[in-house]
Amino acid sequence: MGQTIIEKIISHNIGAESVKPGEIVTVAVDRVMLDDIMIPFIVDKFHEMGFSKLWDPDKVVLIYDHLVPASQLDDTRHYKVGDEFAKKYGIKNIHRSDGICHQLMTEAGYVKPGHVVFGTDSHTTTYGCVGAFSTGIGYTEMAAILGTGNLWVKVPETIKIVIEGKLPEYVMSKDIILRIIGDLGADGATYKALEFSGQTVDEMTVSSRMTMANMAIEAGAKCALFTPDEKTAEYCEIELDKYQKSLFGDGDASYCKVMTYRAEDFVPVMACPSQVDKIRSVSELKGIKIDQVFIGSCTNGRLEDIQMAARVLEGKRVSSFVKLIVTPASRKVYEEAAACGAMKTLAEAGAIITHPGCGLCCGRTGGILSDGERVVATNNRNFLGRMGTSKVEIYLASPAVAAMCAVAGEITADVSQ
Amino acid sequence: MEQFTGKVWKLGDDIDTDIIIPTEYLALKTIEDMKLYGFSPLRPELAAQIGVGDVIVAGKNFGCGSSREQAPEVIKALGIKCIVAKSFARIFFRNSINNGLLLIEQPDLYDDVEEGDRVTVTVNEEIDYKGKKYPIASLPENLVEILQAGGLVKAMRIQNGLGG
Amino acid sequence: MGMTIAEKIIALAANVPEVKAGDIHTVNLDRMMSNDGTTHLTVDMYHNKLKHPRIADPKKMVFIVDHNVPSDSPKTAASQKKMRDFAREHQIDFWEGQGVCHQIMMEHYVCPGELIFGADSHTCTYGALGAFGTGVGCTDLLYGMVTGTSWVLVPETVKFKLTGKLPEGVYPRDLMLTIIGKIGANGVNYQVMEFCGDGAKTLSVNDRMVLCNLAVEAGAKTAIFEADEIALAYLEERGRKPKAVFKSDADAVYAGEYIFDLSKIQPVAARPDFVDDVVPVDDVCGVRIDEAFLGSCNNGRIDELRVGAAIVKGRKVSEHVRFLVVPASKEVYLQALEEGLIDIFMKSGAIVMNPNCSVCWGSCQGVIGENEVLISTGTRNFKGRAGHPSSKVYLGSAATVAASAVKGEICRADMM
Repeated sequence: MGQTIIEKIISHNIGAESVKPGEIVTVAVDRVMLDDIMIPFIVDKFHEMGFSKLWDPDKVVLIYDHLVPASQLDDTRHYKVGDEFAKKYGIKNIHRSDGICHQLMTEAGYVKPGHVVFGTDSHTTTYGCVGAFSTGIGYTEMAAILGTGNLWVKVPETIKIVIEGKLPEYVMSKDIILRIIGDLGADGATYKALEFSGQTVDEMTVSSRMTMANMAIEAGAKCALFTPDEKTAEYCEIELDKYQKSLFGDGDASYCKVMTYRAEDFVPVMACPSQVDKIRSVSELKGIKIDQVFIGSCTNGRLEDIQMAARVLEGKRVSSFVKLIVTPASRKVYEEAAACGAMKTLAEAGAIITHPGCGLCCGRTGGILSDGERVVATNNRNFLGRMGTSKVEIYLASPAVAAMCAVAGEITADVSQ
Repeated sequence: MEQFTGKVWKLGDDIDTDIIIPTEYLALKTIEDMKLYGFSPLRPELAAQIGVGDVIVAGKNFGCGSSREQAPEVIKALGIKCIVAKSFARIFFRNSINNGLLLIEQPDLYDDVEEGDRVTVTVNEEIDYKGKKYPIASLPENLVEILQAGGLVKAMRIQNGLGG
Repeated sequence: MGMTIAEKIIALAANVPEVKAGDIHTVNLDRMMSNDGTTHLTVDMYHNKLKHPRIADPKKMVFIVDHNVPSDSPKTAASQKKMRDFAREHQIDFWEGQGVCHQIMMEHYVCPGELIFGADSHTCTYGALGAFGTGVGCTDLLYGMVTGTSWVLVPETVKFKLTGKLPEGVYPRDLMLTIIGKIGANGVNYQVMEFCGDGAKTLSVNDRMVLCNLAVEAGAKTAIFEADEIALAYLEERGRKPKAVFKSDADAVYAGEYIFDLSKIQPVAARPDFVDDVVPVDDVCGVRIDEAFLGSCNNGRIDELRVGAAIVKGRKVSEHVRFLVVPASKEVYLQALEEGLIDIFMKSGAIVMNPNCSVCWGSCQGVIGENEVLISTGTRNFKGRAGHPSSKVYLGSAATVAASAVKGEICRADMM
């Protein structure tokens, strides 16, 4: 009997021939990611549990991103708690202002294909872009892993998603994943793994895959996996080994559901307020006035996203009285976007370019809105009150669409405006 | 089997973690500070109204969104005894069990129940609402162990020889 | 009787041949600037307090969102929305997220000879171009907005004669802090600081902005330089023409005179919590810092970014320090991008933010926590200005700030 990618990763991890969905197993953890919001809680729980050392400090990565730059009086306390914990227990992998955790975990080389990774943030599913099993957990479980190096998991069922063909111009992987979430519903993949394959996916950059893996959680998924290929190897700066090369879904593997799409059928879409699965095509929403546009986040703050925005905004200006906020996903992305001229184009068009970090997506600063305002954003959630009051309307879209909206001052997917 | 009766607060589908506790308040020092803002985007008055031993009954996908464990901790700190929903998001589910907050999946109660009414829960057996019985499934054994220890912290303390 | 530059500007604005200190005159305002610190209050008063609300001349108004950008709470967002909606309705020039208000005013509006009100204390910056700019409250601003006029009490002028040239590694900011340290935080209350002398000729418009900007920290109503060929070249580059170019008369009356020899100035720092508690940097060397800030309407221009970048180039910001670099405007940012300075800062580990007021006024970026220490190129170091009431702020030059960011403690740039 064949296996899905997630079954292969878990079997390999626990040294079993195979595993079946529903089995409860204990995995050995390859990496963990701790973020700045959660660190004081993790530290408290770790000590409460009675641990006195980390199972393996080299496997621990501490990242400050939600609270950078500090916007509230107590924010820097989190840095202090993190720094002290790192010093006391020998954590060397710390990023204090280098960007968003999920961008850094693969970009800085911490996560490799086939790894089992947990993070104290729900978008930890992102690392499936390089074929790692990664998912979000709470701070109590993180504290337990820090002490033991293990965690129990239930082997998930897998939903196979096949996409074949070539995407139309200005249609991005964000449009794909939004539509899939719309089709599945916000709980359509709860407890399950998503597995992507097909020509469209094969031809996609690792960055585009990240966007999709990142948002899998919005359909409730435990993880989302892509088969590691040459692009993955290049991105991770490794040669794929035999195990990593084996991470594809077998022809006779068992899937709880198979969904098939043609790339040519995708159109620019948006998730409308305030549900991630309330998907409409942009053409249906055309003409809705907007107050702000946000391009950034672990979903869509990478170089290709910023370059796409720059391509749309080249020689144009952000509409009067509309704010365009651009928050790159990492320091490296910022540097590359500056080097290739994208930052210049964006600034000239009137964009407000901030330092890399979670920014507006996590709703603490970076462009908070008030009653009656409407924002088009490239991040992953449009929940009630996420970017200000509960009377703010958030539309989620691709960077291409977001940039077009910024120029038009209203919802549109027309690049000529 | 443990049995209790509680007053019902009825919430809808897809009650996300940003509704349960918005990010703005996530870096407050204690859960006690945070609980004042529980459910504030949806029902700002609710946190003050919830009493000890009350029960939340909700639709599908309760707790979807972020991994913030402050969500179940805030709900527990408000005094909620258990949450009955059509379904739960998975990270929220794990976080709740790890904090000793009882979650019960029940497909039908939500459609029948009215806010302010009382329900009687018999753990691992059934819920009684106005004389009608709503069956509930048993939890897997490994989760029962964590719940019985009083949460994962206590389970780990026992494992580390410190006693619960 | 002769007049000073400030008196001549007021006389022109009052349409009278002569004014003297102590007179009260009704003047026509050339321009009014209001930012998101207070505009929402002005707009509220406009709607609620006036019987016949109207705007004398929207073309004289400029609204600039710079204090909380991007906004950090629903409350600031609501204030900014009020401002934005008002600007749109009344066709007022509106800038958002493009830089600190005074920098934008200098780049795009201020002309020699103008009388300008700004609802911000550092409006005195505009004296760098030979204009009379002064900070007012929102009631004054509202009156000006409705009538196009206001009243002014003609201030006395104090002469600050500058001689010589600043030594290598010493900056206009060291000079101005030294002056404030000498004359005190109320040394020139209600008065005009007029900078002149050979030393003034060694200063660019940017340098002059550094001096004029901080005049309010000595209590001055404004500060002013003669609009000489350096000022006029700045203006011409930007396609603007002066309203009037004034020199002070030889027989003008001054309330006092100071002489500062620029060649004697040394790197200095202002200690918490007073701008006039100025000491040589050596006296505070070794103070451990948590954050360093390079930016603000005082010190966030290309000159300061160049100085800061030259120091951090090839080095790393100390692990325990957050180094915020915030260009004063989009124009400054683009120039810095072009020159590779942004890249140098990013590679050093600095936090490069969008042009705005940032931590200078302790808003939504780089807020410092309990007992933390900040060294800053901002305008003020008052208690709690940058965050927690227990935190401390030292003021220093861009060079001192950048060097301290690398060292992790306050140090002189030449100790690097």
